[in-house]
Amino acid sequence: MSQAAPTPTRVPMSAEVVERQQESSDVFTLRIRLTDPQLRQQYTFQPGQFNMVYLHGVGEVAISIVSDREDHTLLNHTIRAVGRATRGLEQLQPGQQIGLRGPYGRGWPMELAKGKELVIVTGGLGCAPVVAAITAVEQQRSEYGRLAIVEGVRHHQDLIYPDRFQHWRQMERTEVVLCCSEEKAAPWPWHTDRVTSHLQEMDIDLKNAVALLCGPEGMMVAAAETLLQQGVSADRIWLSLERNMQCGDGFCGHCQLGRYFICRDGPVFNWGEIGDLLKVKGL
Amino acid sequence: MSRPTVAIHKFSSCDGCQLAFLNMGEGLIELAARVEIIHFAEAGMVDPDTTVDIAFIEGSVTTAEDELRIQQIRAHSGLLITIGACATSGGIQALRNLQEEDWCSSLYATPDTIASLATSRAITEYVDVDLELWGCPVRSEQLLAVLSDLLHGVMPGKLSGVMQEPLCQSCKRNQQVCTLVSLGKPCLGPVTRGGCGAICPRLGRDCYGCSGPLKKPNSESIERCFEGLGLLPEEISRRFKMIHSIHYQGEQ
Amino acid sequence: MGATSGVQFLPFKELELLFQQFIQAGYSIHAPQVVDGAILYSETESIDMLPRGVVDHQQPGHYRLTETGGSRYFSWSSALQGVKAALFPPSEVLWSAEQQAGGELDFTQVLAPQQAVALFGVRACDLAAIKLMDRHFLRSGAEDPWYQQRRANLLLITVSCSSASGSCFCASTATGPESESGFDLRLDELDTGFLIRSGSEQGEILQAQLGLKEAKPEQLAKADEQLHTVATQQQRAIATNDFRCHFTGQEESPVWQQIADRCLGCGNCTAVCPTCFCHREEEVPSLDLQGSLHQRVWDSCFSGEHSQLHGVPVRTGRRERYRQWMMHKLAGWHDQFGESGCVGCGRCITWCPTGVDLLEESARFVRDQLRDQS
Repeated sequence: MSQAAPTPTRVPMSAEVVERQQESSDVFTLRIRLTDPQLRQQYTFQPGQFNMVYLHGVGEVAISIVSDREDHTLLNHTIRAVGRATRGLEQLQPGQQIGLRGPYGRGWPMELAKGKELVIVTGGLGCAPVVAAITAVEQQRSEYGRLAIVEGVRHHQDLIYPDRFQHWRQMERTEVVLCCSEEKAAPWPWHTDRVTSHLQEMDIDLKNAVALLCGPEGMMVAAAETLLQQGVSADRIWLSLERNMQCGDGFCGHCQLGRYFICRDGPVFNWGEIGDLLKVKGL
Repeated sequence: MSRPTVAIHKFSSCDGCQLAFLNMGEGLIELAARVEIIHFAEAGMVDPDTTVDIAFIEGSVTTAEDELRIQQIRAHSGLLITIGACATSGGIQALRNLQEEDWCSSLYATPDTIASLATSRAITEYVDVDLELWGCPVRSEQLLAVLSDLLHGVMPGKLSGVMQEPLCQSCKRNQQVCTLVSLGKPCLGPVTRGGCGAICPRLGRDCYGCSGPLKKPNSESIERCFEGLGLLPEEISRRFKMIHSIHYQGEQ
Repeated sequence: MGATSGVQFLPFKELELLFQQFIQAGYSIHAPQVVDGAILYSETESIDMLPRGVVDHQQPGHYRLTETGGSRYFSWSSALQGVKAALFPPSEVLWSAEQQAGGELDFTQVLAPQQAVALFGVRACDLAAIKLMDRHFLRSGAEDPWYQQRRANLLLITVSCSSASGSCFCASTATGPESESGFDLRLDELDTGFLIRSGSEQGEILQAQLGLKEAKPEQLAKADEQLHTVATQQQRAIATNDFRCHFTGQEESPVWQQIADRCLGCGNCTAVCPTCFCHREEEVPSLDLQGSLHQRVWDSCFSGEHSQLHGVPVRTGRRERYRQWMMHKLAGWHDQFGESGCVGCGRCITWCPTGVDLLEESARFVRDQLRDQS
């Protein structure tokens, strides 16, 4: 998974909020542009990588990078307002400046997935870190086999990016399944169950598939175990993990899980690397 | 952005936490440019009844009048933040909560002239508290961190940074020598929250826990440790109770 | 190594000369001193501040110094804190943010002023710790600029150990008592002076300026014998230097809870450990709301916030936190850096208020494993 990109600076670059979009009651997207045109030109990222986003006087948070379909000079960050800094970021308006450093981490195995079928299983906000991967598939559609996207949420109103899902549904050789686990009835095309219920019935050859999982850890573990049972090998099941990341580059020690620094060695790992560690509580 | 309004109220206390505002020196002038101080009796501004965005409460509830007043303050305050041991846990005066006999008449010649409740209690036992700042007294740095967050438009973490870590961490970062290990003193640092800057150990004195117990202190283990230093159970118990009558003992 | 002066003898009366040379060469000197009943490294200009004739007594949860009136400067084993703070200060500003009147944000990297530091009297275990910290902070291609600058300005003067405390076990971790490499100057103390040799060009220049005589064969023999004695003096030893196979599958072992029953969760072990590198990053905003400093501060995996994710700690209690600390130090380090994270200084044992003993507790996994296999 070597990346040729230069080592990101440890000091933020200034960036401007171009647009702010409310995705759901507590999820919002900031469309951001680096203020320095040269840095903007140089900046590249791999699907699945993240930035450290800085709110002035408050601090930084690690947020995955969502590619922007319309304008590649923009970086999108979809954020849930849960903590001190994210609630502050929520209040930003277009024109305001923030800091950005990155990209950090090892992203999705887009090269490895070429020539194979792709299953993308996400839960809730977990659909954000895979957007760039799906965009990459779309841009080189012939390089990849069939694509199945399975997203689970609690209530169907919780779904973010409805237009993106709509767009993906219309991509060639692509299947989209939406499930809501906490509802007895939901409008078409929703299923009222969990993502794991659909992994067997996708129109996809799982024996020749690469799986990308992102969402709550319990959901990812359940999905990975289901896929393993279906014959997907451990080194083809990839998960994006979340931990307390403060430096973003494997120095501060907070995000360690077993032998890994999640920020630097991940956040994307395959099941063979990380599966055992995820099964131990509180590691 | 208009300046948020602030009130600093006093209940039963020594006024030491209010001094943490006054001790900011020049910072206080800077602060006054950022917030509008409506009520702060110790600094000469008296207007306890006007609605404010942020109310800081020092002191514990010890009289019937206090009981009423804290309800009123809660009703016209946006955020209510308790500062110091008295407000967060009842303070040193809550030692009386542990007394069974009539402490008042054993202390005062004319006890009937004293109209106070039998107990001293924390503010949180009466009204919803948005944020607690522990310390005896709190430090200017703690107040500034909270105010800075609020002025930057974010709600301070319930307990963040040094206030959630054991005091030992501040002590070691200051490169101070451990009074427990090198002097054999019954230091409460390992089970006490940080925030004070570990000032007592800096002067060779063992921490007596004025910043309050950590969330889940391993009290049994430190008790055994103190017993090993030769303390009697009664002495250990007194040590735990001194400032915060709420216990270090037993996992909460 | 390029050392041409070889091993020479520096009589005690010439030690002051060495300090003068450091000062003339523009170094500030950080050296061990007795502070509040323990030994700490801090800035000094005089050899009079060195802990001469002082012996340390260390046991689990116990540290005392006694004055023996002896002539030696280094008859003690390890200081309360090693030399970690010289490279990785307890708190350090990394960068600053300044908001302009128009709302633009400017970011500036903050590097401490360049100051050459002569770190005098570094013990072998602490020297080994610096090599480990280098692996972490000077990772190839992603060097930490703040650490890197301090490291480049550091002159290391090591002193091999001539006594072992009750907590020392560097002989078993192969990180002492002899300082073998990674120093600019190395001293071995005898009753009337030091053997001195250089390990770098800089050290060589300084040594040559002292104009000393070559050490006598009997002095060299005495120093060798002394190193051998210290190694055998150590009453403690680590059960193995690689615990990976012993910890495998032991995540739910009852041992962790037994440790947690005694552990206070204070994190003193991590604060005194010379290879613990965890730090949190936090803001120090100015009250005018325009400026803000971004700093890193020593953190501990024993604090609740360390593993916090969405407001909840992943490692919920002392059991999980001690497990993380010990498994990382003795096993995780091998995978991350190719070596154990333990250098045998014994500080985590001495400075644990309840005397939780890393060696005894880790050895239980080796024994348990052996028993399971039989």
